[in-house]
Amino acid sequence: MLELKNITKIYNPGEITEACLFRDFNLSVEAGEFVSIVGSNGSGKTSLLNIICGSIPIEGGDVIIDGESMLHKKEFVRYRRFGRVYQNPAFGTSPNLTMFENLSLADNKGKAYDLGRGVNHPRREAYREQLAALGLGLEDKMDVKMGALSGGQRQAVALLMATMTPIDFLILDEHTAALDPKTADTIMALTDRVVREKGLTAIMVTHNLRYAVEYGSRLLMMDKGQLVLDAAGEQKRQMGVEDILDLFTKISIECGN
Amino acid sequence: MLNVILETCAGTLTQGLIYAILSYGIFITYKILDFPDLTVDGSFPLGAAVTAVLLTRGVNAWLTLPVAMLIGAAAGLCTGLIHVRARVRDLLAGIITMTALYSVNLQIAGSNLMVERAIDTIYTSAPVMALLGGVPLLYRKLILSLLLVVVIGAILEWYFSTKNGLLLRAVGDNETLVTTLAVDKGRMKILGLVIANALVALSGCIVCQEGRSFSATMGTGQMVFGLAAVIIGTTLFRRMTFVKGTAAVVIGSILYKACIQAAILLGLPANMLKFITAALFLVILITGNMGRGKGGADRAGA
Repeated sequence: MLELKNITKIYNPGEITEACLFRDFNLSVEAGEFVSIVGSNGSGKTSLLNIICGSIPIEGGDVIIDGESMLHKKEFVRYRRFGRVYQNPAFGTSPNLTMFENLSLADNKGKAYDLGRGVNHPRREAYREQLAALGLGLEDKMDVKMGALSGGQRQAVALLMATMTPIDFLILDEHTAALDPKTADTIMALTDRVVREKGLTAIMVTHNLRYAVEYGSRLLMMDKGQLVLDAAGEQKRQMGVEDILDLFTKISIECGN
Repeated sequence: MLNVILETCAGTLTQGLIYAILSYGIFITYKILDFPDLTVDGSFPLGAAVTAVLLTRGVNAWLTLPVAMLIGAAAGLCTGLIHVRARVRDLLAGIITMTALYSVNLQIAGSNLMVERAIDTIYTSAPVMALLGGVPLLYRKLILSLLLVVVIGAILEWYFSTKNGLLLRAVGDNETLVTTLAVDKGRMKILGLVIANALVALSGCIVCQEGRSFSATMGTGQMVFGLAAVIIGTTLFRRMTFVKGTAAVVIGSILYKACIQAAILLGLPANMLKFITAALFLVILITGNMGRGKGGADRAGA
């Protein structure tokens, strides 16, 4: 279980541009949940993910995973149990390394990066099969540098890499936002499959309301650092895109835009 | 006449080769880690200073190689810790170490130190004489330098293909990825700086043995030299993926030394050497950018 307890997050503390995003924010996510988070720009969705992963400091509160405080755990330590896919497809892979080198690197996560051979030849066939299953023709591009591939192709590989080794949590930071609609659908379906197959706890920030409704077991809507909707189970199943859009519009009108 | 030309060529080649080891170091920091490491101007003479002192004290010439590397590695470690742990900007971290090293070098060796003819360097050491004793010193230097450069280059290429080497390349490429692989990116950067400055000091060590001298100012401009070599090499062989990075760097290093040698032969006064080094570097950067088209300014300014 992942818990956020009394989180306080202030940007630029002590400066004239100081802005408080979260004050005593609480959220708990059960193991195996697939949480989608929607909300307008600046509502704190991505900050929330960054707080969970330890990418940004917090001014108060704690992140607790299975009863263990993450307060003094550095970002890279937390990623032992986390996988993360970013909005920018360039973040998930190393552009000057080949796809085979990238996959081998990711496959070694959790083990020592020693002076053993970098590329994992015994696993090459397995990588090929996984790539072929994506249906993007990537299996023939194993020795191509990642930087030469399209955004959608890179994002598919990034998702594979993020979930290659045993992890417990998958963090998805608008990971379909930079892709064309068809590729986005492919990546989203792939994400859902991986989460189910591996039994991951997933937290997905998205601007695509359809994905938020169709996928996942729980739906959150955020506004100005607060949860304005938290629907799971039957309640979530009954919600349609229109319901969320209505709520969304209502919040926006209250804000005066 | 032919003999003079041959000898000049051999001398220039040797210079290009032993400075290629320095360029290997800069290849790691600049090209792989994307870190403009100014430590070089201090760690290069550091290697030379240590070597000059050890040689004059009668230490075996071959033993000075690992010692110089270790001390160079310590210099890289300083820059790495200053940058990663104390969070000082990359350029400034290098400048701090470089400036401190200037005094350290003076403490170790004094302002100048000559290595007497009677003292054996690696080029006149017993094992080398046994193998190449019949070859004139000038060509013996060339052969041995070439051997060293090839062996070190091969070790580096092997390292780049290991898990650790791949990770090092990924750090310069995409820090975010390395963090999500649950690895401390800072530690990898420090490691890169350690390896790079070990190589730079090794280059200083060999330069000292070849020229039998140390001078406190011998580090000035070495960073620029190494950068130029790396950029010439990697730009020339950009389209030829089968040419390994290290090989490209060696060729860049030789070409750059050759250009400077040519300028001297054409009657350029020795005082103008660093000026030519800088001017040539600028020409290389500009032509490199033109060859690359619109987006050429990306790394050239670093």
